[in-house]
Amino acid sequence: MSKRVIDKTELPDLIGRLMESNRVYAPVRQNDMTSFKLLTAAEQADFNLSNTTLSPKSLMLPQSEWLFDFTLDKAKKETSFLSEIPHDYSPRFVFGIRPCDAKAFQLLDLNFHSPQYRDPWWVNRRQTTTLVGLGCNNPCTTCFCTSVGNGPFAADGLDVLITDLGDELLLEALTHKGFELLAQTGVGAEASAATLEAALAIHHRAKQAIKSEVPTERLKDRSLIDLFNADFWEEVQFACINCGVCTFVCPTCWCFDIQDEVSKNSGVRLRNWDACMFPLFTLHGSGHNPRAQKLQRVRQRFMHKLKYFVDKYDNGVACVGCGRCVQQCPVNIDIRWVFQLMNGLAD
Amino acid sequence: MNSYINRMIQISLRLLVEGRVDAILGFQRGTLPMMSQPILIRQPEQVDQLHWDSFCANNVANYLPKRREKVAVVAKGCDSRNIVLQIQENQIKREQLYIIGVPCHGMVDRRKVLADLNGREVLEVRDKDGILCLAAEGFEEVFLHSEYLQDNCAICRHRNPVIYDELVAEPVTEQTEVERFSDVLALEAMTDIERWQHFQELLSPCIRCYACRNSCPMCYCPTCFVDESTPQWLGRSIDPTDTQTYHFLRAYHLAGRCTDCGNCELACPVGIKMRQLTKKLEKDILELYGYEAGLSLDEPPPLDTYRPDDPQEFIK
Amino acid sequence: MENPYFPYPVRIDSVAVETEDRNLKTFKLVFEKPEHQGKFVHRAGQFAELSIAGKGEIPIGIASSPTEKGYLLFTVNKVGLVTTALHRMVAGDIIGVRGPLGNCYPWDKLEGMNVVIIGGGFAFTTLRASIVYMLHPGNRSRFGDITVIYGARTPGMLLYKEELTAWERRDDILVHITVDATDNPDWKYNVGFVPTITQEKAPSAKDSYVIVCGPPVMIKFTLPILSELGYPPERIIMSLEMRMKCGIGMCGRCNIGTEYVCKDGPVFTLAQLSQMVAEY
Repeated sequence: MSKRVIDKTELPDLIGRLMESNRVYAPVRQNDMTSFKLLTAAEQADFNLSNTTLSPKSLMLPQSEWLFDFTLDKAKKETSFLSEIPHDYSPRFVFGIRPCDAKAFQLLDLNFHSPQYRDPWWVNRRQTTTLVGLGCNNPCTTCFCTSVGNGPFAADGLDVLITDLGDELLLEALTHKGFELLAQTGVGAEASAATLEAALAIHHRAKQAIKSEVPTERLKDRSLIDLFNADFWEEVQFACINCGVCTFVCPTCWCFDIQDEVSKNSGVRLRNWDACMFPLFTLHGSGHNPRAQKLQRVRQRFMHKLKYFVDKYDNGVACVGCGRCVQQCPVNIDIRWVFQLMNGLAD
Repeated sequence: MNSYINRMIQISLRLLVEGRVDAILGFQRGTLPMMSQPILIRQPEQVDQLHWDSFCANNVANYLPKRREKVAVVAKGCDSRNIVLQIQENQIKREQLYIIGVPCHGMVDRRKVLADLNGREVLEVRDKDGILCLAAEGFEEVFLHSEYLQDNCAICRHRNPVIYDELVAEPVTEQTEVERFSDVLALEAMTDIERWQHFQELLSPCIRCYACRNSCPMCYCPTCFVDESTPQWLGRSIDPTDTQTYHFLRAYHLAGRCTDCGNCELACPVGIKMRQLTKKLEKDILELYGYEAGLSLDEPPPLDTYRPDDPQEFIK
Repeated sequence: MENPYFPYPVRIDSVAVETEDRNLKTFKLVFEKPEHQGKFVHRAGQFAELSIAGKGEIPIGIASSPTEKGYLLFTVNKVGLVTTALHRMVAGDIIGVRGPLGNCYPWDKLEGMNVVIIGGGFAFTTLRASIVYMLHPGNRSRFGDITVIYGARTPGMLLYKEELTAWERRDDILVHITVDATDNPDWKYNVGFVPTITQEKAPSAKDSYVIVCGPPVMIKFTLPILSELGYPPERIIMSLEMRMKCGIGMCGRCNIGTEYVCKDGPVFTLAQLSQMVAEY
């Protein structure tokens, strides 16, 4: 019962029924922008896009999140004691997530769910969310997922993979959570061998349709210090305006800042997305800033994603080839070009 | 366009070979159709990389503040006005610059083109004589340049550089009669409540990436007010009040300084039309002081100068 | 699931002003809840995040040794928003502590070796923890000769003055106190920069490890001297600083190349540092 076929028109219904007792997220359009939002009506879901403007990263790491609260009222016994703000971890379902974005969550698990420390908010959200992915029949010209260990119908990180067969959708359960979802909703009919073959053909065609490729094979072996001191950073960094667009739209960028905000006698400790692109990111209290120059910051971001992460976790680059940064950088700094520079010429 | 590029290359080569400047600040062809990338060229051999088309909207004056060396800079009308302001604000010296003036036909808004393509991706764009030829697998379409201009370019009255050392072409006709403030008039016609709701909605998608601020040639403060911590003026989260405060305050910091180059809207990844704020301030400054930003090095900015006849009805 | 971002509430038991410019204060902290105290088991060299509700957190080296029971000591320099707020606080006030964080000095490697400690200015905090730890009767015999070279700009800027002079009088530790300059005629210790005193007085590098903590300029001039004296990079131990927030290697900000200073550091040997990118 792990591979089902439904009529495309049945999908809103499926979503609607899930929404009766669960939180369901899907891409939603607001003017020209799309992002994953909590659905209030099944019809809001818009799957007619290549990928969302903003990645679904905010589903696991919200851009702004209140963590603890406290009172500063000295008359109270618990003054200045921090207490964890309860979060809602009831089950969530995400529809229409692309394989690249799901893989990104797996990469971020390496950071947030390490042997020594677990980020409780990240881990709890990951555990209680089911990811229903929609493979890409028509990858964009800027997608390069196949170069970075991924693909338009790759299974990494997904609980269910949907293949758009035209009038029908094939739903394949990939994990225990996925099986449970299909069993729970009890939709459709079991997929026939012919359907499965048709789906495989679509998967194959989609992979072939990926036009963008980046070289990665030498990233692990190239010398860290040599890459750091390379001449090409001067050229790469020039146009950069050190904004946060690439970082914020990227599904594999995760840096955050922790701050306290106070109103009258009470306050919260919260965290916000941050970016190594911002000059204050590494500013010491003494005034010293190891990355005071733009070149250092631009180099840091690419070195981290394409080299430090590779060396540290031996799990490939911190990039899933979604192409959002390529499309949205205001000055057209193209990570695919940086891959080429960093990987160097093939032997 | 080709003649523009040829002239730019000629001029740049000459300047570098003669040692007149240390570098050329211009554009190279982008890695995507309808994009170009700002570039700094130091070697004469590289001047062939210079490029020009209807997608060179970035304001390269953004890269000038506090630069120490001599640069030649490719400047459209709006860019040149920002250069005037930067000189007046002591961010760069006139002697450091060789301004290669580019009379501008207006820049095309890539997003408007993409929106009309309805999800179809373009592989190649040919831009010639006011016609955009867009091609990809299985289709070819022709768009009229004039119908897809950036909002600010459509109402621009200063397409020719106001300051330059050499022009790459004959000046273009200015749109002297174009109505600049229709969007602002529509906002002014709203009631207070309508207007408040309008701006709340306008700014709600903001993700505080600061692309608007960083792409603005007039935002060059070493520490932006948003980044101060002692005291911290506003929060860094996406709380709507903090986000609105950021946008309103930044707009006010640009009063009398914004040249409506449109880079803020160009850079915004979530499509916020924040020019509505600065355009209103531009209209106010024009009405109160008869001043347009950056038209002449000799005209001091009104908010920097005191005149006994400055309007003061707002002082109650 | 234990929440690593949760600060244990602690009460300020006492505040001592360390330096004549009043910019450095030592805070003695006592846990409000005994079960938290039981969890906070640290080793010299580690740090903790001090949390001031409403202001933020700061990463500060733990100045007390694990042999000092029932309290924690932190010596804090007043530089910014959070440290200024902390400096305004008095005994009885509640703050928070998160930790212990980071790695420690390589105590397993220091067993049976001579230990040289070189400190400058207010970087001496975790060095105090180390000295107290080694001098503890239960630990002293595990180490060879202990030499300390510690300097500040003036006598009034030295930390832990009473303890320093007490150590100086002991015969199981050799302490060289120095100041850059003084016009105090009663000053009976050394006058000279730490690198200079190091050159004059540092013991032989044979069977010795050296721990160096101090401002960048001191480090810059001390390291070559240690090299000349024959200390190999694997036996020169340093403790770095970085802007930190989470302290647990998650927020991404304190990295030097692949290493997070808060989690893979802050203690690194010179040998390790030479393999890392030079961005700190």
